[in-house]
Amino acid sequence: MKLNVFYDRENTEKTIELADNSSVKDLLKKMKINPVTVIVGIKDQIVLEDEKLKDKGNIKIISVISGG
Amino acid sequence: MKKNNCCSKNPVIKLPAGERLCKSHFTKYFEGKVFRTIRQFNLIGKKERIVAALSGGKDSLTLLHILNKLSKQNPRIKVEAITIDEGIKGYREKTLKTAKKFCKKNKIKLNLFSFKKEFGLKLDNMIDVLNEKPCTVCGILRRYLLNKKSKELGFTKLATGHNLDDECQSIMMNQFKNNMQASARLGPISGVNKNKKFVPRIKPLYLCTEKETAIYAYSNNLLDNFTECPNITESYRAEIRNMLNDFEQKFPGTKHSIINSFLQILPELKSGFKEQGLNYCNICQEPASKGKCNACRLLDKIKKVK
Repeated sequence: MKLNVFYDRENTEKTIELADNSSVKDLLKKMKINPVTVIVGIKDQIVLEDEKLKDKGNIKIISVISGG
Repeated sequence: MKKNNCCSKNPVIKLPAGERLCKSHFTKYFEGKVFRTIRQFNLIGKKERIVAALSGGKDSLTLLHILNKLSKQNPRIKVEAITIDEGIKGYREKTLKTAKKFCKKNKIKLNLFSFKKEFGLKLDNMIDVLNEKPCTVCGILRRYLLNKKSKELGFTKLATGHNLDDECQSIMMNQFKNNMQASARLGPISGVNKNKKFVPRIKPLYLCTEKETAIYAYSNNLLDNFTECPNITESYRAEIRNMLNDFEQKFPGTKHSIINSFLQILPELKSGFKEQGLNYCNICQEPASKGKCNACRLLDKIKKVK
């Protein structure tokens, strides 16, 4: 399946291709993002790493990193 | 915490022990943890005038939001905010706007100071003339102003949004750089040696991870956009942060272990470095380890090269 993903840290929307029945964890692995450093939201609802990805859009990856 | 259907339907977090919590139960869990931290380390007394250092990022907004709740429950605890505008183009304007909006909405007094007005130059311009890392200059001058202004305004505590991740990074940085004296100044409360020039600093989010804090901030609609300081990529701290996050992913619980072991040795560290008494800067009379304080040393350098 093809997913539209917005990653706020890079301020970009990307199309990511994943096997059907993939989870949030699989998505982050594919994008080489450490799950400790982000929150993932679908339609503005926070989803956990083991959640299966059903929607193909409205996926937001929000960085939790701050400070200098 | 009692398990509920709401938590299995819409969880926002999975705790290390495996428990899932919905937004409402996570909010209670998180606030409970902050209040327990305040009690455990005796951060706040019965009557206080607390000022929260507010950058407009997720940590400081979360801190102020929770302290404001505490103040409403206990009118003898007064809470205001203090913001320093360092002058970082493309970053500070946005966070300043968030900070102002939050304080206005919640009827919290915001005390605003800027590098430009206090020191004559914005951080961006200081970096142009100094051969120093931006985070070093920013850190020294921001801490200087936060302490000086909090004291002048008569606050009894200065609260900062430092979370568990921030503290872990500081502990490891000091370890890697063999700076145990700096580690002796860490911990959930510091600057309490009854020095009239120091406002004690407290870290109520000490046991909350960065991710938990972000989930709290976003799920309670405290902020909605991502803003990162453009200088962060140049810092040593960022390297340490990435290393710790890689470790945490591979070995969950690493950061908590660092904090717990640090808390065990902290009393020894504090007593070991107690001998080195505090002196005063011979220019501004603010606290200094010897001679000139770090802020005056930097400002002197700027004057010479300007």
